[in-house]
Amino acid sequence: MNTKVNFAGIEMKNPVTVASGTFGYGREYADFFDLGKLGAIITKGTSLKPRNGNKPSRVCETPSGMLNSIGLQNPGVEYFANNDLPFLRKFDTKIIVNACGSSVDEYVELCKILNNMDIDGVELNVSCPNVKEGCMAFGSTYEGVKKVTSEVKKVLDKPLIVKLTPNVTDIASIAKGAEEGGADAVSLINTLLAMKIDIYKRKPVLANNTGGLSGPAIRPVAVRMVYQVAQAVNIPIMGLGGIVSGEDAIEFMLAGATTVSIGAGNFIDPYASVKTVEGIEEYMRKCHIEDINEIIGKVEMN
Amino acid sequence: MPKQVLAKLVQKEEIIEGIYKFSVKASEIVEDAKPGNFIEIRVTDQVEPFLRRPISIYNLDRKNGILEFIFQVKGKGTQILSRKEIGDKIDVIGPLGYGTFKTDKYQKLAVIGGGIGIFPLYELSKEAKANKKEVSCYLGFRNQDFVMLEKEFKEVTDKLIITTDDGSYQNKGFAIDYLMEDMKKEQYDCIYACGPLPMLKAVQKYALENNIECQISLEEKMGCGLGVCLGCAVKTAKSPKDAPEYFHVCKGGPVFNARDVEI
Repeated sequence: MNTKVNFAGIEMKNPVTVASGTFGYGREYADFFDLGKLGAIITKGTSLKPRNGNKPSRVCETPSGMLNSIGLQNPGVEYFANNDLPFLRKFDTKIIVNACGSSVDEYVELCKILNNMDIDGVELNVSCPNVKEGCMAFGSTYEGVKKVTSEVKKVLDKPLIVKLTPNVTDIASIAKGAEEGGADAVSLINTLLAMKIDIYKRKPVLANNTGGLSGPAIRPVAVRMVYQVAQAVNIPIMGLGGIVSGEDAIEFMLAGATTVSIGAGNFIDPYASVKTVEGIEEYMRKCHIEDINEIIGKVEMN
Repeated sequence: MPKQVLAKLVQKEEIIEGIYKFSVKASEIVEDAKPGNFIEIRVTDQVEPFLRRPISIYNLDRKNGILEFIFQVKGKGTQILSRKEIGDKIDVIGPLGYGTFKTDKYQKLAVIGGGIGIFPLYELSKEAKANKKEVSCYLGFRNQDFVMLEKEFKEVTDKLIITTDDGSYQNKGFAIDYLMEDMKKEQYDCIYACGPLPMLKAVQKYALENNIECQISLEEKMGCGLGVCLGCAVKTAKSPKDAPEYFHVCKGGPVFNARDVEI
């Protein structure tokens, strides 16, 4: 039975990764299991300089999911390089850094640094809905995505994955922008912009008023978008949005994803990602699938 | 190091209306746990309600590996939890929080709590007393219907003052007023506080103004409880106004030195 996949040039032992911002830099989950069981780890969104993040409250629960408005709090790329990367490198897994910035120049500067680091790939975060500048502003238009992707591509030799926002009318056209800008892959979806109101205070629960919705609540939206993007582009797709089991992961792969990410699922079960790996293997046994690559994009539409 | 345990519910008691004390077998958590730590409970194996519930540790029976926690039924999650029966397995992660109550350097302790914030103060008092420290405890409640655990706290403290806001039981007023009154004549080495935000603010202000050591246990909405999602942010005291910096309750806390945080 083969679970290995080649994702935009990154050889992974299995298609399961963990989504940016739900796994920190791996340390907390290393208390629970060997991180080497995962295909890849995608780090917390990391910027050129440290970021303090948004005012609390930053999270709240919603039906089958949650809202967050963390605001990309992170210690910056230099701290990551000196403190977290050496730790992550102890594990037999691939390391992909989620890179975020406020301007094209900042993304380029950051990726120049990342290009010289011992990492396996970069995920370009042009889809965070919780910061005032940059991010989703670039990710919401075909031109914006194409521009930032092509500028970054000039300085980055490593595989480049562009993470897409679902907060657009036509995600397929955004994915095309990434592809035409030179992206090696796309990942989708980032969180859906959402709001929860405290009816007694008559105020939004999050201090930032709005936040990003994640968890199983968004899974059907994500699956639909992965399918649409798979029809539109020829680069591989990393699918995510509410995956908490192997069965969920298979759904994304049938829709066209080569790899998947566990996001908010890590919060409710620290073993969610390794259980997803096991769940995929179980599905393969049950359905007599020799090679996981056989099922990618194999949904048969009615 | 936190562990995930399927902990068997061995005892269950509704101590006052809507407030439950659960005793679970969780030796792996108990052996590592310190006063001030909390646990995160997943109340269902489904995805609704989604997140784990952070709950403070009330008592650690280290000999028998029993962990006790007390919670108020407030919403869907705690309601489901309250319906668990003896013998049921509960999905618990713990011990959590690297900021715990520190008593090593102090001999005379003042412990102050209010309402459902008093629970983590029990294990603190119990261990301090076992270590031959002098524990004076001030517990405030809304009225007589909400007074709880008086007997239990009496056993682990040298002095126990119970207050009710309306005077319907024992002393009338706020617990902090009685603490401040006593401190006119008594010297405490450190104040330990957990309770509603207005109480914590008052205790913090008093301790800082009078240069008294003070440790406060905080609460904030949490995503993961593990220090990953960075949801439960609390402002650091020395933050610049235009660029606030944050600790996280689940990792740096839940117990902080009162000097370090702006609440």
